[in-house]
Amino acid sequence: MLLRIAERTAVLLVSLGVSSALVFGFMVLLPGDPARVALGVNATEADVSRLRLEFGLERPLVEQYLSWVGGLVHLDPGISYVSRAQIGPQIADRLQVSLILVAASMTIAVALALPFGTLMAVHHRKASGLVLSALSQVGVAVPAFLAGILLITVFAVQLRWLPASGWTPPAYDPGMFLQQLLLPALSLGLVQGAVLTRYVRSAVLDVLREDFLRTARAKGLTPMRALVRHGLRNAAVPVVTVLGLQLATLLVGAVVIERVFVIPGLGSLLLDAVGNRDLIVVQDVVMVLVVAVLIVNFVVDLLYLAIDPRLRTVAR
Amino acid sequence: MNRLSRGAEAVMPPPGRRSRAGVEATLLVGGGIVAAITVLALVSLVWTPYDVGEINATERLATSSARHWLGTDKFGRDVVSLLMVGSRTTLLVGLVSVGVAAVIGVPLGILAAMVPKWWGEVLMRANDLLLAFPALLLAIMLTAVHGQGVVTAMIAIGISSIPSFARVVRSGAIGVMKTEYVVAARAAGRRPIAIALRHVLPNVGSLVIVQASVSFAIAVLAEAALSYLGLGAPPGTPSWGRMLQEGQELLFVAPRLEVFPGVAIALAVLGFNLLGDGLRDHFDPRLEDRR
Repeated sequence: MLLRIAERTAVLLVSLGVSSALVFGFMVLLPGDPARVALGVNATEADVSRLRLEFGLERPLVEQYLSWVGGLVHLDPGISYVSRAQIGPQIADRLQVSLILVAASMTIAVALALPFGTLMAVHHRKASGLVLSALSQVGVAVPAFLAGILLITVFAVQLRWLPASGWTPPAYDPGMFLQQLLLPALSLGLVQGAVLTRYVRSAVLDVLREDFLRTARAKGLTPMRALVRHGLRNAAVPVVTVLGLQLATLLVGAVVIERVFVIPGLGSLLLDAVGNRDLIVVQDVVMVLVVAVLIVNFVVDLLYLAIDPRLRTVAR
Repeated sequence: MNRLSRGAEAVMPPPGRRSRAGVEATLLVGGGIVAAITVLALVSLVWTPYDVGEINATERLATSSARHWLGTDKFGRDVVSLLMVGSRTTLLVGLVSVGVAAVIGVPLGILAAMVPKWWGEVLMRANDLLLAFPALLLAIMLTAVHGQGVVTAMIAIGISSIPSFARVVRSGAIGVMKTEYVVAARAAGRRPIAIALRHVLPNVGSLVIVQASVSFAIAVLAEAALSYLGLGAPPGTPSWGRMLQEGQELLFVAPRLEVFPGVAIALAVLGFNLLGDGLRDHFDPRLEDRR
């Protein structure tokens, strides 16, 4: 068990190292000088070289990389090339907003997927199961930002029940916060819920065919009780995998949704930085998102061990 | 469940268990949608109801009529024509990015199955790392330096689809490597490259086709999102995602301008998803419901 955790931690650390090198290398090796990009086409050579000197772009690449990673480890991602502002506090503020959005969406997705997926599996030969399957198939085909636009059209434009965009911090006005959170969280949550539903269905279907479930039924348990007592834990492993992947998808999907609903999250920061050609901010935010994805994967790996005792011994 | 099969679970949509008739219906609907979009895109090369470059101030925001079936946009451009030309962008981005992903991912997967197990694991770990870079992030990074463009989008989506190809192909190829005819070929002294081309590649072909269809759907979604964010197709290149972006400011005036490209995107994704599902079941010998 401990060996397993150590193994996964090592994988996480190596992944973090390699991916930071990838992000850095990607931004550096691409044609285009960050200083020149930041200053635009009209900048003079003198301006460009002054900026290069100021931000240490004249140093050897390895040194630049190490100072960047060192900064990240100390939670200091540096100073923006364009606005000269500290990037750290901005990322911290924006990350909070994005995390609230992602957490709300995930809650909606899980709340939809677990009951409906199980229902679809139990009723997979009946019309109700088929209808749910078809609905989820359509849900999978609708991108979250499109769902967002459609939800705005219905609930903000036509019915005028909810605001079309904006963000209020929860501490400032909880009522307004919830109203503004609902549509973006629904757009992400509904689509991810549709994807998740299909996995829950297939995982439960697999379990329904297992011998131990037949045994449980033979002992006299009702189908639902047998499923709850013996089935769901076994169905959980593939579902948790997908949940982890989806959390990663949600973090990135939030980038687009924040644009749709004008929410000041990490995605807006990223896209604004692209618009301002502020490459160091782009590099930092991408790295934050990648770190988040890797940590989610790590946590999923640990969750397996908690769910499935069979995985706790190192099988070779 | 070991690490390998867990990874395969992660990239492969859940298996459908349907009757033969259900599979044929899925294939028919999915294939039909894909074929219809392809035909529209091809027809748009030679004919569209109106010229999409033409700005017509007198017919701005017209509703559906006999002249303009789905109305016009804020520049007076015909929506049907825009949708037809936009389908070209969608299909082009899908084709090129899936092509890029397959050309790199398939050999990588076969390689990872043929080299000693330890090396295969390392290759797959590196491959997994790419999964931490979704298409959108890669495209945003590329765009930040390179500027927006369809080519940037295609490369970014292509690169981010490599891991799923490599993983699916590897899991299939490992099985092929254990078959008697491969063992026999190796014993006969066939070179690895010949085994890869003659025996492994044809046997994982069906997996590649299914994955291509699924990846195509993902590429359509990614392209739409990128163009919506203004990071994909540049202004003047009709694209469904771009239409959504341009229509959003008019949401309170003409919501239908969002609905039509939205439906087009959803239909395209649905079509490729169904086609992929149908093909997977079609190639699956264990088709009959086991209950």
